[in-house]
Amino acid sequence: MTERRATAYDSKIEGNVIFSRFDAVLNWVRKNSLWPMPMGLACCAIELMAAAASRFDIARFGAEVMRFSPRQCDVMIVAGTVTYKMALAVKRIYEQMPEPKWVIAMGACASTGGMYRSYAVLQGIDQLIPVDVYISGCPPRPEALLAGLIKLQEKISRERSFAKEDPKRDAILEPALA
Amino acid sequence: MAVTAQELFESLEKAWGEKISQKVEFRGETSYTIGADDLRDIARFCRDQLRFDYLLDITSIDNLGEDPRFEIVYHLYSMPHAAHLRLKLKVPEETETVDTVCDIWPTANWHEREVYDMMGIKFRGHPDLRRILMWEGYPYFPLRKDFPLEGLPSEMPDVAFTKVSPLEGGPFVTVPGTGGSKDREPRARPPEL
Repeated sequence: MTERRATAYDSKIEGNVIFSRFDAVLNWVRKNSLWPMPMGLACCAIELMAAAASRFDIARFGAEVMRFSPRQCDVMIVAGTVTYKMALAVKRIYEQMPEPKWVIAMGACASTGGMYRSYAVLQGIDQLIPVDVYISGCPPRPEALLAGLIKLQEKISRERSFAKEDPKRDAILEPALA
Repeated sequence: MAVTAQELFESLEKAWGEKISQKVEFRGETSYTIGADDLRDIARFCRDQLRFDYLLDITSIDNLGEDPRFEIVYHLYSMPHAAHLRLKLKVPEETETVDTVCDIWPTANWHEREVYDMMGIKFRGHPDLRRILMWEGYPYFPLRKDFPLEGLPSEMPDVAFTKVSPLEGGPFVTVPGTGGSKDREPRARPPEL
């Protein structure tokens, strides 16, 4: 009969095990591999392209995988003027994105209609779909887009998927949240 | 054989006489007002005889309160003679219809669709008179003078909708001062300012 060996300490794997909360790991994974849906509708899309190119390099934040299919996307970057003619198409593409999904309203037009107080322009994409981060500017510089992306990452890292809210435990585990 | 623009205009006046009127010359540009019935004949004459082979643009004007209310302007250019010519045409509100020039200059197709979309003037004989900028079924003609700048609400389920945009005194509202941009550029000017 073989004797059961003690498994309390294994020098081969012990240093590679990290204990954490499942939510924290999940959020860490999600926020560092945000795949954007580039909803480029006007000049903001040029800055979005610049943010993706080598000088600003959105890949540093794990969001370089621009997908042109909504089914593979996590975050929709609404970059530009949303006309009423385009509005329902934007909404439809948003609805085709799988959960969990986030939205960045990039620039003045996507946030509020911008300078277009007009019969043809939707006065902010938040009238149709929920927006997580608004970026000011006309158009915003790539740095502003990256700052908005970091803000969204911070927001994602605070999300709860499994753990219920518990002020006492949160105060210990995540003082910044409480 | 070089033909000057002046000679072209003279032969136009000679051929059509009474049917073209109100020759206006301003900064080297020449405009004629023509009758709606003669449009196609004059257009064909301009293209074939005077070789105005290029239709630069068709625009429309809404002179609200005047009669006739609408005006259509044809901008012509002659590649061989390097000359410009402008033809104007009054359209009364009752008919809102003009003959198409699609078969004379094919480029007129989309220009006439745009005039129809924005001003609501119909073109008799146009092969495909649909809206070109707004969607099919939008109930208004937005460039008419009696259409408000902020728009009117409309609803087409699953196609598009429009709402009235907040103007409150103008499309651009800025207040001078040293305050932040939130104070200097309010989303809408408060009524008392």
